[in-house]
Amino acid sequence: MPLLDVRELTLHYATKMGDVHAVDGVTFAIEPGEALGLVGESGCGKTSLALALLRLLPDNAKVLGGQILFEGVDLLRLPENEMRRVRWRGISMIFQAAMNSLNPVYRVGDQIIEAMQTHLNISYAEARRRVAHLFDLVGLAPELMDRYPHEYSGGMKQRAVIAMALACDPKLVIADEPTTALDVIVQDRILRRIEEVRRQLNMALLYISHDIAVIAEVSRRLGVMYAGNLVEFGDTVAIFQRPAHPYTLALMSAFPSLKGEKRRLRGLPGEPPDLLRPPPGCRFHPRCALATEVCRTQAPPYAEVEPGHCVACWHPQHRRCA
Amino acid sequence: MSPLVAVDSLTKLFPVKRRVFALRVRHYVHAVDGVSFAVEEGEIFGLVGESGCGKTTTGKLLVKLLEPTSGRIVLEGQDITRLRRGPALRAFRRKVQMIFQDPYESLNPRFTVFDTIAEPLWIHGVRSLAEREARVAEILAQVGLTPPETFMFRYPHELSGGQRQRVAIARAMVVHPKFVVADEPTSMLDVSIRAGIMDLLLGLRQELGVSYLYITHDLAVARYMCDRLAVMYLGKIVEVGPTEEVLQNPLHPYTQALIAAVPVPDPTYTRAPPEIKGDVVAAVNPPPQCRFLPRCPRAQDLCRTAPHPPLVEHRDHGVACYLAGHG
Amino acid sequence: MAVESRVRLEPLWRVRARLFLRSFRRNWALFWESRIGPLGLGIILLFVLMMVAHPILMATVWDPRVYDPIVGFDPDLVGKHPAPPSPAHPLGTDPIGRDVLSQLMWSTRSEFALGVTAALITVTIGTLIGAVCAYFGGIVDAIFMRIADLVMLFPFIALLMVLRSVIHLDLVRLALVMGVFSGFGGITLTLKAQALTVKVKPYIEAAKVAGGSAFHIIRRHIIPNILPLSFLYMMFSVTGAVFTEAVLSYFGLLDIRMSWGIMIHTAESAGYLGAFGQYWWLWAPPGVAITLLCFAFYLVGRGLETLVNPRLRKR
Repeated sequence: MPLLDVRELTLHYATKMGDVHAVDGVTFAIEPGEALGLVGESGCGKTSLALALLRLLPDNAKVLGGQILFEGVDLLRLPENEMRRVRWRGISMIFQAAMNSLNPVYRVGDQIIEAMQTHLNISYAEARRRVAHLFDLVGLAPELMDRYPHEYSGGMKQRAVIAMALACDPKLVIADEPTTALDVIVQDRILRRIEEVRRQLNMALLYISHDIAVIAEVSRRLGVMYAGNLVEFGDTVAIFQRPAHPYTLALMSAFPSLKGEKRRLRGLPGEPPDLLRPPPGCRFHPRCALATEVCRTQAPPYAEVEPGHCVACWHPQHRRCA
Repeated sequence: MSPLVAVDSLTKLFPVKRRVFALRVRHYVHAVDGVSFAVEEGEIFGLVGESGCGKTTTGKLLVKLLEPTSGRIVLEGQDITRLRRGPALRAFRRKVQMIFQDPYESLNPRFTVFDTIAEPLWIHGVRSLAEREARVAEILAQVGLTPPETFMFRYPHELSGGQRQRVAIARAMVVHPKFVVADEPTSMLDVSIRAGIMDLLLGLRQELGVSYLYITHDLAVARYMCDRLAVMYLGKIVEVGPTEEVLQNPLHPYTQALIAAVPVPDPTYTRAPPEIKGDVVAAVNPPPQCRFLPRCPRAQDLCRTAPHPPLVEHRDHGVACYLAGHG
Repeated sequence: MAVESRVRLEPLWRVRARLFLRSFRRNWALFWESRIGPLGLGIILLFVLMMVAHPILMATVWDPRVYDPIVGFDPDLVGKHPAPPSPAHPLGTDPIGRDVLSQLMWSTRSEFALGVTAALITVTIGTLIGAVCAYFGGIVDAIFMRIADLVMLFPFIALLMVLRSVIHLDLVRLALVMGVFSGFGGITLTLKAQALTVKVKPYIEAAKVAGGSAFHIIRRHIIPNILPLSFLYMMFSVTGAVFTEAVLSYFGLLDIRMSWGIMIHTAESAGYLGAFGQYWWLWAPPGVAITLLCFAFYLVGRGLETLVNPRLRKR
């Protein structure tokens, strides 16, 4: 049984202008201990999806359909008090603006201890011991737990936030662009830390990023999102070697590379669609070079192109990438 | 031929006040510290480094948004360091422009696209409305916002991020500058939009014969855009040379670490960790030794005693390291 | 370079007019949605109606000898003044036989004139100083901020008392003094804070790089971006001005012939305020009018706040 099983999740935001189709019919699963990557551009619904998993969506969001099964239990039907237990001990999250999610007036260690004590029913001394251990795990000197956030650098804050997310031994950690604001050298260290901790604690990781190179390094399997749809999903190596969706291919050729021959980039024409009025048929068709009549009228089926490698496209590509 | 822009020992110190007991001690952040380089006509010169390395400050010094503490900036053979006002400054403002990082904040929300792009024209004495309209339409077409009349009277909030950045580029280019400082113009944009903006900037170089100082933290972007590259660390240039040369054969340990830390978009590739110690510290009253010393994995006795190493020519590029060329 | 328009555009002024109308419509819709804003506006319109109706009534149905707000007298009710409301005098008469409703309506005009003039002066000064201080900082900023501190700590009423003994303090002068005084006061702090958030925006740097002078940047970039907030504070300033006038008139410190404050003052000085409730028509109408008008401007201000501060907006 997968740890997390998301089935046909559809999620809209009600606005004055109409409904924003933020997430539409997304299906995927995370196995225990697995590192799964989710890649997509801003506004593709990846953050909404993460918030939906924790039921932390803003008030104007409405889940129109689907299930989120965590260890077999549908989180969408769970009462709020039970959901609160899931939130720290089952699934925890490292937020995008993690550096600002520490309260400046409390010592960093105390903030984590407080979270532990509310969720785990352990003594202060025990919690302190565990925070010291967590600090060690994320590469922070345990003495730092008695310091205030302003005494930390950006990278240190990020590590403290990771320690906080790990505080209650969650089975799944969702990391939403945790290194986006950081410099490459710090990013490298954080990524290595996350991977090490994940292996040691055998927890599952859902890593969300716009950076396909980071995703390549952290994930074993990955999903590609575009305009609220999951357009491709499968083994990371398979997707990088044989991207089947034209959008995935475009993402890969839009990135300049440091290694190998210098090549011309191919950006995509146009802009991502307005999700208030998503285009009919395949949402990618207005920007797709391969679009035909069927793409303009009917949504493509989400089907396997090879075992474990699914794609939502009428004209899936095979072996087009070197 | 003399270079288009020559920068000589440019230094910018920012005072930070700190109280030590009753004494008020003045400390200085050495944001830019004795930086020298030259940009040739038609060249794209890259400035890369992590946040806080002084690359943006250098850019702002070059467009005279900041006044240098010492050093010289020479544009087309004319020393513009002490230019304060008058027609000479006006002429300078016409020749040197800047493109900012954040397309959401660099456009006045109350200005239409026309207002934004026509503003520099008006400032530089184009008083005929018809001429301003014609030139705005022309530059809009050049930056790929076609047909121009559909974009001219939109407000920034009616444009996407990529379109906004094109407007910002149009504003910089409409006065036909010779030199443009581009401060991370693609870092806030979506991946699929970035390539288009980078290609636009490369195209405009050909069409308008403009040179760029291209500031970025992304080495891959620098590789795509720049002819030559300077790597900055805590206010100092540590390595400079032709882009491919610097990126393929880095000689400075910092450049090497920086390159090693860039994620590789290939899941089958295992990247070795970069060799670097500790964290960046702000350059407040830095000691005279090599700036990189506290983080250098290969520091020798010489590095601990000698002052910060000068930029020395090694093979095809300049390196500020005593150990460069010694294995 | 050929100066030939390749695109045939409609004239710029027409485009601007269209854009202005469009944004006005959008803002009006938001203002309307705030509910309290339109309510305030409705009350203000009611007062405007009263103001306009007065001269018409005086010219048609009201006999000036009886109904003049200052020198009128109803001879039919000699000895009975102040008379309670009656068909002839819907709000009764005051201790010296003048019609209260007529006084109330007549005073509306001066209240408006005073409030709006004072607020306009306050906000103009505040906006200019705020923008200039924020842009230049340093010594300019320090000087104006110390003045603002001084003004805020200064007992304004006491100042007016002193001033009154020196000059003839009529409505126009009062508006001027109040406008200038509060213009240098607290409002500059608020508007400067707003201007500071504008000043650090990259588009200001872009304007500098384009060669824009300080004057140009303040005029074209900073002031237009703080103007919505200035307008908002103007509404609150009207409230302040009307209130201050009422207080000063009540104490008889102004050289004004008639106002809502004077109406209460008249009742008080003739000793009719002591029997509270008995002679209610003397103090209640002007009291309610003052409260209602101030309240109306305040409501309009709050309604505008949803426009100025998008965070207050409903999605």
